[in-house]
Amino acid sequence: MNSNDSTECTLPLNPVVPFLRTERMPHIWCPGCGIGTTVNCFARAVMDCGIPLDELAIVSGIGCTGRVAGYLKLDSFHTTHGRAIPFATGLKLSNPKLHVVVYSGDGDLAGIGGNHFIHAARRNLDLTVILVNNFTYAMTGGQATPTAPKESIETTAPYGVFEEPFNLPHLAASSGAVYVARWTAYHVVQTKKAILEALQKKGFSFVEILAPCPTIYLRRNRLGGAVEELKYYKEHCVIQNGADTKDVGIDLRHQDKVTIGKFLDIEKKEYYDAYQEHYAGLLKGGKQAVAGA
Amino acid sequence: MQRKRRFEGVVMITQERCKGCTVCVEFCPVHVLSMSDAFNQKGYHFPELKDPEKCSGCDLCGMYCPDFAIYAFKREMKEAS
Repeated sequence: MNSNDSTECTLPLNPVVPFLRTERMPHIWCPGCGIGTTVNCFARAVMDCGIPLDELAIVSGIGCTGRVAGYLKLDSFHTTHGRAIPFATGLKLSNPKLHVVVYSGDGDLAGIGGNHFIHAARRNLDLTVILVNNFTYAMTGGQATPTAPKESIETTAPYGVFEEPFNLPHLAASSGAVYVARWTAYHVVQTKKAILEALQKKGFSFVEILAPCPTIYLRRNRLGGAVEELKYYKEHCVIQNGADTKDVGIDLRHQDKVTIGKFLDIEKKEYYDAYQEHYAGLLKGGKQAVAGA
Repeated sequence: MQRKRRFEGVVMITQERCKGCTVCVEFCPVHVLSMSDAFNQKGYHFPELKDPEKCSGCDLCGMYCPDFAIYAFKREMKEAS
């Protein structure tokens, strides 16, 4: 059956298609890449949360995941490497009604743009950050990212990585994020739900999605293909909602379990509200001071 | 006593978008799909329906597919059967 030659007009369309720039398909992602799976989850989450599409903007940096902005038929912005969050900050502050989603990779957000990431979390800016973690800078040829597991082979680490991998949920939570979750490309239903909650949450919400990179990371490390990696997630992931983010660091293939789940969901004052309150108070005080003098 | 099914699942495949990663075949909960021997224009094998009766229309294949090439939905069964 081919949906293109279908004569029955009553059949529903693929639910993702209204969100895609179909003229740019097929996309550049490799067979089995987990990024397309996360886009499916994102599109279904957007459908469910009912945000009007002209109030939703998506910002991404450079990299394989950065391509998402080019493929989604939303107001999208493909920015410079690592600077997705600064662009999103400007967008959000100039038009506070917009729902701004930052959709980028681990190298882009945690490596090159790490500083922007922690400061946006510290300010608790109302952004939804979706980080697709494939453990390598895939588009630029497979350099080691801060999340690369120990002893994994990358082009900048031909004898294996020896550095400690980054615990991104702990980084986000300790910097001040209000919503922190980690799922994988295998747990699609939970990923969709997490993105939906993150979209509805006011404040800095962070969703990390582990995704297979069959061409660069898995092939270079001789770990099989996308199906093997998804099976690894299926067998080794342990769902611990509300786990202490201190203990959820991942070092794939060096530990028995990978902790996933919704780690944090708290309420905190958002940056724009705090900004309004602060300056409204100051300006009021200033007028009184002038009147008093 | 077997409960009568009120809904059937329908799988739609856009063959030309498929890149043959086999994720949908592997993770279909009721094993409805298998890889075809035929090729599409880009030279990839694509999935075909092995057992369409079993499909429940859960759309898990649609959630997994990285190439947006497959999806499923539920449809009310016709009374005739």
